[in-house]
Amino acid sequence: MAVATEAITVRHLSKTYATRDGAVAALERATFSVGEGEFVAVVGPSGCGKSTLLKILAGILASSSGEALLRGTLIAGPRRDIGVVFQSPVLFPWRTVLDNVLLPVDVQRLGRRPHEQVGVDLLALVGLKGFERKYPWELSGGMQQRVAITRALVHDPAMLLMDEPFGALDAMTREHMNLELQRIWLERRKTVLFITHSIPEAVFLADRVLVMTARPGRLLDDVRVDLARPRPLDVMNTPEFGAHVRHIRHLFNVQGRIDA
Amino acid sequence: MKNVRNVAVTLAIFAGSLGAWEAIVRAFAIPIFILPPPSQVALALYRGFASGLYLDHLGYTLLETLLGFIVGSLLGFFLGTAVAMNRWVEFFLYPYIVMFQSLPKVALAPLIVVWFGLGLTSKVINAALVAFFPLLVNTMVGLKSADEDRVSLMRSLAASDGQIFWMLRLPNALPFVMAGLDVAMIFALIGAIVAEFVGAQRGLGMLIQSMNFNMDVSGQFSILLILSFVGLVLNRGIMLIRKRVMFWDPSEKPAIETSPEEAVPAAGRAVATPAKERI
Ligand SMILES: Nc1ncnc2c1ncn2[C@@H]1O[C@H](COP(=O)(O)OP(=O)(O)OP(=O)(O)O)[C@@H](O)[C@H]1O
Ligand SMILES: [Mg+2]
Repeated sequence: MAVATEAITVRHLSKTYATRDGAVAALERATFSVGEGEFVAVVGPSGCGKSTLLKILAGILASSSGEALLRGTLIAGPRRDIGVVFQSPVLFPWRTVLDNVLLPVDVQRLGRRPHEQVGVDLLALVGLKGFERKYPWELSGGMQQRVAITRALVHDPAMLLMDEPFGALDAMTREHMNLELQRIWLERRKTVLFITHSIPEAVFLADRVLVMTARPGRLLDDVRVDLARPRPLDVMNTPEFGAHVRHIRHLFNVQGRIDA
Repeated sequence: MKNVRNVAVTLAIFAGSLGAWEAIVRAFAIPIFILPPPSQVALALYRGFASGLYLDHLGYTLLETLLGFIVGSLLGFFLGTAVAMNRWVEFFLYPYIVMFQSLPKVALAPLIVVWFGLGLTSKVINAALVAFFPLLVNTMVGLKSADEDRVSLMRSLAASDGQIFWMLRLPNALPFVMAGLDVAMIFALIGAIVAEFVGAQRGLGMLIQSMNFNMDVSGQFSILLILSFVGLVLNRGIMLIRKRVMFWDPSEKPAIETSPEEAVPAAGRAVATPAKERI
């Protein structure tokens, strides 16, 4: 068992929410692992527990049973070696773009001095050079989401957890962001767990696509995508790509749930 | 050019209504102790300031108002913070807060004057009492209204509760607090004046009261004029502070810079919906 090279290990992980109308099983005995430096996408119907899974991994939600490990240690709360990107940018309007990016540095008291340049460089990497002193409301939705990604990278975490980061963007911006994310990932080689509703997006970005069932979410399939990188947008027109997408969509159809 | 014309029209309307007022009072020979003409009000205003009488009382009322405002807002802010941040404080205090909130606070003025005398103290306390609640309620709401996603983000960064308070909840509450201050400022003025009505030796409210006894209606009008001007200036003052404190708020920036397409609501605007307040 190669524990040392496993960035994320999830075994029989379940989560049941207690609500007024009784218990809601959101996640049921999910088991999978993600290797160090791997890009893994998670797709599944709405409400199948994807965000729940991500919150557990981020250490801000306790699981009901089973275990989740990051780099071999049980998750016992938020950790400093992960960066999280949510569905919305979640920027602070009273902070400038650069100050928003440096939020993890401020919270974890890593020292502004050495990180300011890191922040500026990262912003340039996502195409936001010159926007350091702007406020979030001066940016478009896609630009704001890029700020959020920069913020998740600034403290150089080994792992990125992304919850439908491009869900709110229009198709064009979304494709552009997919290319940028791939570029950043190729440059930095972080472990990425990427949640999405979009099967093509998952296939385009990921080394592996985890397919989840409808609620309560269980793991249905683990699809390896062996397309050469860097993948251009054109790859979406290739038969291999189409075959992957069809396969995953078929899994959903068998489930009786079409969601992409 | 357009601006000049607007100003001219505004002035013309103002002069016209004053003229009409003057003309109506003269034409119908309305007694001066019912409705004085503007000329008499202006005269009263001039005499009051020339003799130094108004300035003296104005200064006193301003002092009461500002002290009451500061004391009331500070208490409201800190108690609101305690209630919002501590379950137990909320549990034990909230019933009383609700009870007091539905009470018209100015109705306490007679009692307060009995307890604290005719001097400055009773006025400051009464002003503070009415200024207190807008701050209390708005601070509470503001601190609790921090976006869940932002709290999740902070927690995912392993932020302490203290950090979440200072870096997220407090700045998030500022628009609410400023809206509270806005209301509290005017409330404090009302509180001070009402307490002066009940019993005082100095102040514009006391002056109105004594002019009323003497049927000096022109004088009362002139003081009302001063009071509305004071209210306006105090309000401007709060707005200036707001501009400095909330430098990031897009509504404080000139509108020309953003076109509707560029304006992105999601991460942007801190919109304060201040709680309804009563005096
Ligand atoms: N705090 C909560 N309390 C109670 N039930 C919850 C809570 N959060 C989520 N759930 C329920 O758990 C289930 C899974 O929610 P989750 O947010 O993980 O879904 P998801 O896969 O992220 O959905 P989507 O793709 O729409 O974002 C849903 O049925 C939801 O109603
Ligand atoms: Mg979700």
